[in-house]
Amino acid sequence: MVATSDVVWSEQGTTPDAIEAALRDLLIQRHAENESFVPARVLNMIAFVDRAWSGEIANRLRGVGRYHASRLLVLSYEPGRERLDARVMIASEGEPGPGELALLRETVVVEIGDRHLDDLLTIADPLVVTDLPTLLWSPHGHHEIVEMLLAMSQAILLDSVDEPDAGEALARASALAKQVYVVDLAWLRSTPWRERVAAAFDPPWMRPELRRIAAVTVRHHPASTVAATLLLGWLASRLGWQSETLSADGEGLVGRSRGGRRQIALRLELAPELAVPGLDRVALETGTGLALSLARGSGGLRARSRARGGEEREWTIPGASRGESGVLGEGIRQALLRDPTYVPAVDAARALLA
Amino acid sequence: MAVATSTEAENPLTAGLERLPVPPTTLVIFGATGDLAQRKLLPALYNLAHDGALPERFHLVGVARKAKAHEGFRIECEQAIQRFSRRTPDESVLASLLENVKYVAGTFDEDAVYAELTDLLDEFEQQAGEPLNRAFYLSTAPSFFPVIVERLGASKLNRHKGALVRVVIEKPFGTTLAEARELNRRVLSIFKEPQVFRIDHYLGKETVQNMMAFRFANGMFEPLWNRNYIDSVQITAAEEIGIGSRADYYDAAGALRDLIQNHMLQLLCHVAMEPPVSFTAEDVRNEKVKVLHAVPEPRPAEIAKIAVRAQYGPGHAGGEDVVGYLEEEGVPEDSLTETYAALRLEVDNWRWAGVPFYLRTGKRLARKVTEIAVTLKPVPHLAFDQQGSLGVQPNQLVLTLQPNEGVSLRLGAKIPGTRMIIRPVNMEFLYGTAFLSQSPEAYERLITDAMRGDATLFTRNDEVEAQWRICDPIVKYWHPSRPRSAGPLPKYEAGSQGPREAEELLCEGDRWRAI
Repeated sequence: MVATSDVVWSEQGTTPDAIEAALRDLLIQRHAENESFVPARVLNMIAFVDRAWSGEIANRLRGVGRYHASRLLVLSYEPGRERLDARVMIASEGEPGPGELALLRETVVVEIGDRHLDDLLTIADPLVVTDLPTLLWSPHGHHEIVEMLLAMSQAILLDSVDEPDAGEALARASALAKQVYVVDLAWLRSTPWRERVAAAFDPPWMRPELRRIAAVTVRHHPASTVAATLLLGWLASRLGWQSETLSADGEGLVGRSRGGRRQIALRLELAPELAVPGLDRVALETGTGLALSLARGSGGLRARSRARGGEEREWTIPGASRGESGVLGEGIRQALLRDPTYVPAVDAARALLA
Repeated sequence: MAVATSTEAENPLTAGLERLPVPPTTLVIFGATGDLAQRKLLPALYNLAHDGALPERFHLVGVARKAKAHEGFRIECEQAIQRFSRRTPDESVLASLLENVKYVAGTFDEDAVYAELTDLLDEFEQQAGEPLNRAFYLSTAPSFFPVIVERLGASKLNRHKGALVRVVIEKPFGTTLAEARELNRRVLSIFKEPQVFRIDHYLGKETVQNMMAFRFANGMFEPLWNRNYIDSVQITAAEEIGIGSRADYYDAAGALRDLIQNHMLQLLCHVAMEPPVSFTAEDVRNEKVKVLHAVPEPRPAEIAKIAVRAQYGPGHAGGEDVVGYLEEEGVPEDSLTETYAALRLEVDNWRWAGVPFYLRTGKRLARKVTEIAVTLKPVPHLAFDQQGSLGVQPNQLVLTLQPNEGVSLRLGAKIPGTRMIIRPVNMEFLYGTAFLSQSPEAYERLITDAMRGDATLFTRNDEVEAQWRICDPIVKYWHPSRPRSAGPLPKYEAGSQGPREAEELLCEGDRWRAI
């Protein structure tokens, strides 16, 4: 967020009570200065981060713009730290003009050490806005801390591609989804692809082809096997396919699903040249000879189709790249929505990587 | 087979998607070089493209009188988008959108225009290898609406094998009841009603759609939402600006036709309608039409008591001196066009009988605000001493549509101290504080809905006629050819609350909210 109007409070050796009181005072002070300043009340977000990497996380969060949580609580962990320090910032995007409102967003950074971990809930709980949903994000792992903080969270933000092992990433997402709503950035990176595949099969003459899909190939960033597998899992779960475990084939993975009596050939291919996480190309073929592929291109997805008669066509479907900060912002926004297709896709993807 | 939007059962891949697929479509904008297209439609199309929300296959054809090549039109589109888009355009997205833009030059009654259009539409389908839906967007002067519709029919462009054809018609839909009926007759002689999408861009605003959510997703209001608890309803659409460069349009239209006949009657419908069985286009519009039918047609003898018009004179706005309406550029010096209109209507049905609905709109008023204020009846017995207080006032629920969308509830609260003294306080909710997303422009939503065939946010033929049935007698009564019956045209100072005469509309005990 580009903050042009900030108020700041900080204290070393502080307490959650003092931080909470400072937040209240700063909000009152801001409102007294100009009653057009109103606090945003949408979402709490707790980010548990390693202090050594907190600058990088701050940069990522700065890029989410309007999707900044109303109150962001950064628990910045430094092994060996004894003292609880805190900094509170209240920022608006600018001075409101006559008759306009300016939203205030609050950021609380609490520096903690090992001795604070056992009582972390008693530190975090007073610092979130009561009755707002809370999104938890722990980009540097710390699964045991996540388990503790889940008690006060309604949603968790993950990026399954961060886990070194794709199978474990999906198992963890599945386990977490039993406790809270999971927003997975790996899943969100596939949203434009899922939308376009759904749209390609939406015209009435194409809908029967869904039952005739014979092959699916997904090309992906080498670190995004999870994202690619989730896309296959999505197709499998939505179309009722039963999948076998994928096996290695060169640098990629291959396998099969069954849809009724049909077999569907599945293939994951690496795209080492891809500079950003996510997918590079999705290609589908049907038993009737139709083929469709979607690939990253300038100004949108580059689509190629082959009709039954073999006639080929190519065109661009416009759309802007969201970039990684756009995906993170979308992740924060999604904490307030519910996508019923993620968990079935995770379960189907797990079958592929079992 | 027609290209319709699927259900989840037909296409299971759509489950869970926030953005549902839009069928492959060619959009043809008549009047593509006009102000509306440049300021609203083209930027809306860019923003849909940016969000990846256009159909898989999308082509745009601009039709206008000036001769120019496809490339010349593309440059104009690019300039309009650069200038008016709500976000800075991404060059690569803009380029991929413009790849599919073509232009047809000619007058709207020229056969050659429709022949060239037919060739282009066929060419797109050849390229795509599949039939594409067609949406004809009439963004022209209203006098061309029937001309274009009839030429489309004569060129057999009103139907297309294997695809759906729709026509989107901008406002105003007629300037009198007779004109609206005649236009409906001519349009419906070529297109079937489900093909026709009459724009009232207010309906595409998130704020108006939120009213439905407010009323029908919150159980707490419904028990109070009737004549037993509600004393009056006041709908205001005030603007602090004058007519700008729109003298030609505005002087012919006036405040009643510009805002009340369409937008404000829609707001009245949203306040007064019964909960629809579902949020399908037909169910929602059926309920709105019932409300309009329940509003008695004003009789000439009572119009002076239920309708007030006025025109702004010189005054002050934004700290500066401003000219009166008659001194505005392009306005005839003897114009009798109203720049302010206020009505008192009733909705004669079981729920609302006896509750006055006040509607007022005007240019050059004290500030810009669009709001609906619902005043509840006072408590039957007051046990508190009102001495030394501002008095106990009835609860008032205010839905603000712009500029700061929100809901405010006026309550009585005790002033801190040893005595039981009550004063009104406001409990405020602001939508901007509670959502992360930016609202799309109304035209983004409306263009998408028209391409998807969802008519919920468009006005149906009987609805538009029902709106005119209410306004037409007033239009006639105020017509300059009848100055004696309507009396002299009252004036109000620019930047003020409006004319004093508006007070005379109010029932005893009621008063206008401060603008």
